[in-house]
Amino acid sequence: MGMSMAERILARAANEERVEAGQFVVADIDLALLHDIFAAGVFDTLNDVGIEGVFDPDKAVVVIDHFVPAPSAEAAAVHERIRAHVARLGITSFYDAGDGICHQLLPERGHIRPGTLVVGTDSHTTTYGALGAGGAGIGTSDMVYALATGKLWFRVPETMRFELTGELMDQVSWKDVILHLAGRLGADAAQYMAMEFGGPGAARADMSSRLTVSNMAVEMGAKFGLFAADEVTDKYLRDQGGEGCDPFGPEIDANYAAVHDVQLSDLSPQVALPHEIDNVSPVEEVAGLKVNQCFLGSCTNGRIEDLHAAAEVLDGRKIAPGIRFLVSPASRRVLQEATRSGVLTSLIEAGATILAPGCGPCFGGHGGLLGPGERCIGTHNRNFIGRMGSSQAEIYLASPATVAASALTGHIADPREVRPDHG
Amino acid sequence: MADTTPTDEKFRGKVWRFDDDISTDVLSPGAFALDPVEVRMLHVLESVNPAFAAEVESGDVVVAGRNFGCGSSRETAPENLKALGVACVVAESFARIFMRNAVAVGLPVVVCSGVHGVFDDGDTAEVDLASGLVHNPGTGTQLRGDPLPEEMREILHAGGILALLRNSPPGPD
Ligand code: SF4
Repeated sequence: MGMSMAERILARAANEERVEAGQFVVADIDLALLHDIFAAGVFDTLNDVGIEGVFDPDKAVVVIDHFVPAPSAEAAAVHERIRAHVARLGITSFYDAGDGICHQLLPERGHIRPGTLVVGTDSHTTTYGALGAGGAGIGTSDMVYALATGKLWFRVPETMRFELTGELMDQVSWKDVILHLAGRLGADAAQYMAMEFGGPGAARADMSSRLTVSNMAVEMGAKFGLFAADEVTDKYLRDQGGEGCDPFGPEIDANYAAVHDVQLSDLSPQVALPHEIDNVSPVEEVAGLKVNQCFLGSCTNGRIEDLHAAAEVLDGRKIAPGIRFLVSPASRRVLQEATRSGVLTSLIEAGATILAPGCGPCFGGHGGLLGPGERCIGTHNRNFIGRMGSSQAEIYLASPATVAASALTGHIADPREVRPDHG
Repeated sequence: MADTTPTDEKFRGKVWRFDDDISTDVLSPGAFALDPVEVRMLHVLESVNPAFAAEVESGDVVVAGRNFGCGSSRETAPENLKALGVACVVAESFARIFMRNAVAVGLPVVVCSGVHGVFDDGDTAEVDLASGLVHNPGTGTQLRGDPLPEEMREILHAGGILALLRNSPPGPD
């Protein structure tokens, strides 16, 4: 029996020839991510425990992304504490407010290598599976231990394999694929498991799409959300100015707990309805619902490809009157690219409000919250009750194209129905 | 506050039984998230069993169904149970981050298929972490859960991952 990607990743990290699902291992951490919600507390605790340095200052990455620009004096003070800790500990990879969202920055700046093990004090650490890396969220005590020792225990997860075939139809994206899977299988379908996305459909997906899918694997309970590293990965790493990579995937005849087939051409634009990620309907079943705010951004869908997908749907037209259309590029680099390509201008001319690169309103911290009774459709990853402000607000999740179509019309709209007539 | 640091790996205690999908919102209600543990622990599970927090005694055992601890990554969920003196949680399955956090804060957990069906509230449970054996002496039923691996038992022995770190700080290697 061959090893799945998750087994290969943990075998390597645990310095074992082979490991099997169900086994517990102590593994070396290749990279540890902390962001501004937990970093100061973790570093304080490290201090309290009497640890003076981190296991390897080059293997920790600290990002200030959730509260940027600082919306309060308290947040600003926390950021100051983080900067002081980072300097004291000699951590070399530090991204300050405005650089972007952690899960965009780590792939974009070449921190993520296929086959490595990455932990983060953030559940969406699964995002790095897009590059074939095992990324998993952990709690703060575990992070203190990981930073002190460079090691952590893991249970080798079973793997749920997805065989993707066919091609997506026009205006259907990989966001629709992962929303469809959450709806079809449920929000805990992959609890304690790794999800592995393969087949010819997955091989054709670009890196931006893979990042979207791996990001949301955790919404189905997964520990990892993995794509094999291939030519797409190699090209992405080179395009970001780093070294390319060798292919990395599951072994032949790997052991899977379940295999699901997905025919991509069968899918249509999907929408997750309040207040659960697996409460998913095809867009036509919710089309027409009036919205107050449309949000294009987050670590799920704030990349340049997402901005282009939205601009393409808008096609030079203005958004509906009375709609707030918030656009938050996932990083400074995305913002720069959007400036150069002109897509930023076209979004602004359509009526968008551009927010600083960062988490923005995604987790309800600041910068675009909802009032009671308001309805938002966004490209982010969670629609839990109260996540974007009032607990009486409604959050719908969809693709960049569907969000743009909704901004254009003022109600939830099918991006296939709002195509401009170029005839 | 009760000290539940296991002195050995066997527990014997009174059972409190819960069903599937007990979430971190129930174990650590958001309204008290920022309060100290002495306050937080008074509200553990109150929405499903209001008597629990008031009546649970040091050494009692929580038995549950599937997906125990689902929801957010808040470490206060296992911390609260530990503070109440719960000796260990035996469940059909746990949510991933809860299980990690439970071990990290020093709360023993055992995955044991079928456990929800063989205990009632008030029964006595005997649990052996090393072998995974779960026994109901009242009915004579014995189940074999997943034994906890040594690495995790070592963390539990120490009283949590931070205690382990304090006792044996990383040396040069
Ligand atoms: S963008 Fe949203 S989901 Fe992503 S890291 Fe920020 S708050 Fe979390």
